[in-house]
Amino acid sequence: MIPRTGNAPLLEAVAISKRFGGLSALAEVSLTIARGEIFGLIGPNGAGKTTLFNVLTGLYAPDAGEFTFDGERLTGMKPYRVAACGIARTFQNIRLFANMSALENVMVGRHVRTRAGVPGAVLRGAATRAEEREITRRAYELLDYVGIAGRAAQPAYGLAYGDQRRLEIARALATEPKLLALDEPAAGMNATERAELKRLLERICASGITLLLIEHDVRLVMGLCDRVAVLDYGRKIAEGAPLAVQHDPAVIEAYLGGALA
Amino acid sequence: MFLADRRQKLRRDPRLVWAATIALGVLLVALPFVTDWAAGRAWVRIAAFALLYVMLALGLNIVVGYAGLLDLGYVAFFAVGAYFYALLASPHFDLHLPFWLLLPAGAAVTCVFGVLLGAPTLRLRGDYLAIVTLGFGEIIRIFLLNLNAPVNITNGPQGVNLIDPIRLGDLSLAQTHTVLGFTVPAVYNYYYLFLALVLGVIFVSVRLEDSRIGRAWAAIREDEVAAAAMGINTRDVKLLAFAMGASFGGVSGGLFAGFQGFVSPESFTIIESIMILCMVVLGGMGHIPGVILGAVLLVVLPEALRYLGPLQQALFGRVLADPADLRLLVFGLALILVMLLRPSGLWPSALRRRELAAGGGAAADGRA
Repeated sequence: MIPRTGNAPLLEAVAISKRFGGLSALAEVSLTIARGEIFGLIGPNGAGKTTLFNVLTGLYAPDAGEFTFDGERLTGMKPYRVAACGIARTFQNIRLFANMSALENVMVGRHVRTRAGVPGAVLRGAATRAEEREITRRAYELLDYVGIAGRAAQPAYGLAYGDQRRLEIARALATEPKLLALDEPAAGMNATERAELKRLLERICASGITLLLIEHDVRLVMGLCDRVAVLDYGRKIAEGAPLAVQHDPAVIEAYLGGALA
Repeated sequence: MFLADRRQKLRRDPRLVWAATIALGVLLVALPFVTDWAAGRAWVRIAAFALLYVMLALGLNIVVGYAGLLDLGYVAFFAVGAYFYALLASPHFDLHLPFWLLLPAGAAVTCVFGVLLGAPTLRLRGDYLAIVTLGFGEIIRIFLLNLNAPVNITNGPQGVNLIDPIRLGDLSLAQTHTVLGFTVPAVYNYYYLFLALVLGVIFVSVRLEDSRIGRAWAAIREDEVAAAAMGINTRDVKLLAFAMGASFGGVSGGLFAGFQGFVSPESFTIIESIMILCMVVLGGMGHIPGVILGAVLLVVLPEALRYLGPLQQALFGRVLADPADLRLLVFGLALILVMLLRPSGLWPSALRRRELAAGGGAAADGRA
């Protein structure tokens, strides 16, 4: 179904733990994500999904455990280094650069793959101009790819909600990630938008980028993901193919409570 | 911001743009002669000071307007630049280094001070950052005030006197020259030098704003977490903003010292920092023409309000209220009015204006 290149997993998290004071947000969570797959992370509210995301992308340092990405040990690395290594993310509560245009938002995403410094910016020599042209061209291309090219000049805060989500994806893609981590990309979307999002994510995956996805929308997760892990109270309670996980008694209990299990 | 839009607008009629540029150029060159004739030599001096403050405001604009880091101690860099020039070009140490050397060296030294201030504040945001920078500004001033014992470095509260006037090669700016039959007094020379350097500073600001670095600054201003997640090294980018902003302040300080011939810690109080910040905020944060307008207004307005005394004399036959008090009152009132009526500044960037007008949903007229 999905082309797998290389045998080594793209991302391997081993026994990641994170505490906030007395609250154990993550307890020895281990994950393996293969190249080219779409991996879903689900669980009830407060299960630790976003915390895991934040640990993976360097926003939080884990208290224990470590993770390797594409053969490199990334534990406790600063977010900008993680991005340079090839993990890009979107945020649950959209975090665009609100007062910049859609185009500029995507252009910022190119920062990590470009070089011009102060002398380049001030003197604006041939190399810098070529780089700027390439940044702009690529940014338009990505806006077009996610389907909001017509909104390029609009400030990000003025975009429709669904377009903001797309813009966040375009911005993340601009960093040339190997792994794209999406935190509830379908939240607040209507059925049509969800269907479009699903197609977009499938296209991204087909282009060779691995996807890690936090999502509440069960139909989207089941239809899209190759494998799914379920978190509950900071522990991984199940992992496997979507259908198998769906019928796992532990998962049903976590979602619906013990009485019904 | 929105350079694509702006370029398009300019492309609409290049002749008009050229005409406006030439008119502005002629105006700026003729300005000292005109003001001297119309309002007296003192106003030429005020115009020169306005240019110094434009430079300071544009420097602070990089830190506050572009990178969004609230700096309440910016005058410290002005002070470092001024004392750097004063100590190395005055009888105080009997050093008389040339201006062309001191200008870039001063910029480099203040750059270092910018990084020194920036480094410990990297983890701080908003109000906390403001407090620390406020402290830094005061530390520099108090150092300057007290570094006259046990070894006399700054000459303490007396300040440094008899600073060498600025010389460009064999040309001393402190003398009157005759160019093409025009008599060009000392203060005119300084005006023209400052004008040239202000143009340089504007050039650098414009180039930086519309660049990879400028976008990175804007990104950390908008959302630091998202910026870091997009691969921006927020530490380096912030330090760069502090260093660039500081170097503009340092250049301005050196010019100030050479122009005045005298520096003392009194010139670098917290009020100065606040005035420079007012110029940036009042004019339109992050928007170069706005910041320039803010700086010019905040230098010219207090001077113009000195005429309140003679005005009362003329109207009522006597001075009813002390013009010095009235001046502050009117000035404060003007600031409050501007902030109430134009909260994003007198001349905000197109983007901020749009933000105010529509509050979202701006026209989607597409690509450039």
